[in-house]
This record gives sequence, C-alpha cells and structure tokens, in this order.
Amino acid sequence: LEPVNLQVQRYRPEQELEPVFEEYEVPYRENWMVLDALNHVKDHLDGTLSYRWACRMGVCGSCGMMVNGEPVLTCATYVEDVLPDPVRIEPLRGFPGRSGPGGGHFGLHGEAGPGEAVAHPAGGAPLEEGEYLQTPEEVADYKQYSMCINCMLCYAACPIYELEPDFIGPAAIALAQRYNLDSRDQGQEERMDVLSQHDGVWACTFVGECSVVCPKGVDPAGAIQRYKLEATAEWFRSVLMPWRKP
Amino acid sequence: MRTASGEGWGGADPRSVPNPEHTPYHPRWYRERIPLFWWLRNRRYVKFIVRELTAVLVLYAALLLLALVVAVDRGPSAYAAFQEWLARPWVLALHLVILAGLLFHTVTWLNLAPKALVLRIGRRRISPGVVLVAHYLAWIGVSALVVAAVVAGMGA
Repeated sequence: LEPVNLQVQRYRPEQELEPVFEEYEVPYRENWMVLDALNHVKDHLDGTLSYRWACRMGVCGSCGMMVNGEPVLTCATYVEDVLPDPVRIEPLRGFPGRSGPGGGHFGLHGEAGPGEAVAHPAGGAPLEEGEYLQTPEEVADYKQYSMCINCMLCYAACPIYELEPDFIGPAAIALAQRYNLDSRDQGQEERMDVLSQHDGVWACTFVGECSVVCPKGVDPAGAIQRYKLEATAEWFRSVLMPWRKP
Repeated sequence: MRTASGEGWGGADPRSVPNPEHTPYHPRWYRERIPLFWWLRNRRYVKFIVRELTAVLVLYAALLLLALVVAVDRGPSAYAAFQEWLARPWVLALHLVILAGLLFHTVTWLNLAPKALVLRIGRRRISPGVVLVAHYLAWIGVSALVVAAVVAGMGA
C-alpha cells in the first residue's frame, strides 16, 4: 500500500512571517482516521507538531481542523475518505492563527468566547422546591440543540463569521436556543438583548453551511432563523401592545 | 507560502530562520486574508450567493410592473410602445433568463421556510414537510389567481 502524503499547515511566529505547509509521509493503514495519521507524525516523524485532540470518539470537540478545505473532526474522518493525497490539513478557518492545526481558537466559552454572553442557563426555582418535571415533548423542544460539543466547526464553515468576527456565531445562538426552549429556564429576556442585536442573529444571512458541517446534527442555521422570526414577532408585539410586559 | 521539508525529528531548526518581526510574549496572530471569491470554495456557497443575488431580480420584476403601470397611466400610445419594447427578441430573451433566476430564488426561498417556521397544534409540532407543502400550495394558488386574472383580461 502506498504511503500517504500529508501537507500540514504550521505557524511558528518566532520563525516565519506567515504559516507554511510542511509535508509528511505516513503509512497508509486501513481504518486510520486523519487524527491517527497526525499522531503518527507526532510520535515518529516530528515531535514539534502541535494540535489539539483528546477523546478520539467525537465527543470532546477538540480535534476539529480543515481537511482539504472542509471543517471536520479529524477523529471522525477516515484517511481513505480524503484521498487522493496530498491531504491538506489546516487550522479551522476564521480564527486567528497560533501554532498549528487545532491551536486556533479559545473555544466557545473560553476567554471572551462568543458563547459567554448567551449560552448559559438562567433563573429557576430554589433547590428546596425539588426537581423539575418535564414532559417528553418539552425535552424534545431543546434536546437537539443540547447535543453541541463546542467543536467550532460551524464557525469555520461560516463565511459571515470570517468576514465579521464580532458575529456571535452559530453554536452560541444554537446554545442560546437550547436554553430559550427549555421549560426550566427564565433567561429569554436577557438573551434577547444580545441576540437581537446586529452581531446577534441579524448578521446571519442563512448560508446554512454551519448545519451541513455539524457532526452532531444540531442545525444551528435552523435555530438562528427561528430566532429571527421570534425577535421580529417580539418587536411587533412591543410596538402594537406597548402596555404589555415582555 | 513556501513548503518546508519535514524530514527527520523536529524538522527545520526553528532558530535557524528567525522572524525579525517576532515580538516574544506579544505574539501577533496571523489572520488569513479573505479572498474576494471565497464563495467559490464549494458548491453550496455558490448556490447561496446565486440565491442572494437573484433577489436583485425580484426588485427588477417589481420595477417592471411599476413601469407597466406608468405606461398605462400615460395613455394608449405609451402603453403600445411599452408592449412593443417587451416583444423585442432581446428583451424577451433577457426576461426568460430573469424568469429562471426568479424561479430559482422562489424555490430556494420556499425550501428554507420550514427551518424558520416551527408551528404547533397543542403540544404536537407540525412536521416541516407540511409547512413546506403549504408554502408551495399558497404559491401555486396565488399564481393561479394571477393567471386567471390575466386570461380573463385577455378575453375582455
């Protein structure tokens, strides 16, 4: 079996002005994931290669990279599916570059991450009142949005986020909806303040690519369009019935 | 971008080619320039751009209708001249292309409707397929009304 040629983008700011591609030859093994090929490079060819990964099973959301220009979880992408080589591996698009693939972002909830403003639960009854009860229908309302693993592939797929880095972005809005649609939550109004701004839902032009690349079927594009409708309806309510409390 | 050779442990020695602009502890992050033709990266982006640009054709169709109203208002000779212009082969050809663009815009727009519109009857969610079909039926219904009005006008 032919060895596989990987072209991995590297960026060492102390050494070079802009990222460069470094080539590695790795053996072809059946059922190897792209992440396995990178680990082979790290273990046997070049220990200075830096990239993020942890669980190897599509749960932790750290190993997202651009493989041949598409944002994917490298632990869930077979090498044989991205052949013929050379296989180009780059950091997720749209984030400022640091050291190597997977080193490009702070994550959704990190230091000033876009999720900080909207994607956390709010309100709720005190603990003494006991557990919350939800019907299966109430769970189904938000369950899909709760599957997000913060892998940021949707940000890398979103041309709007690339063009307007202040856009709070697909996953943050999907997570905001995850709480908005949860019958236990009471933070809808707070989130409305952030989400109904230009950098909230209205920056989105419904490219829809975020939902295409999502490895968990969250459908952030759908969440954003639903919220646009909700924000519009809320605006009409506030104009037509100003006496009404929101 | 150059391609560095990665042979052997460690690849090229990072200290061998220092970047004179590097400021230790204050890294300047590299941001890639976004190419003007970013939307040629994949077919779905192209489809998105075409969908958005065909919105301009909707504006054109509305202006054309207004022009028709203005021509009617100016009297029979202006209306006849406008009709003569509409019947010119190049105008007809252009309008056929525009019609194709309008149809593309309408179909892609209607197909997106169930994503935004989540309706319920009681606790049950109306399935996206039903929302989609309802939109198409409404479109066909309104179009049929317009066609009926035009045909009736031609008979009169």
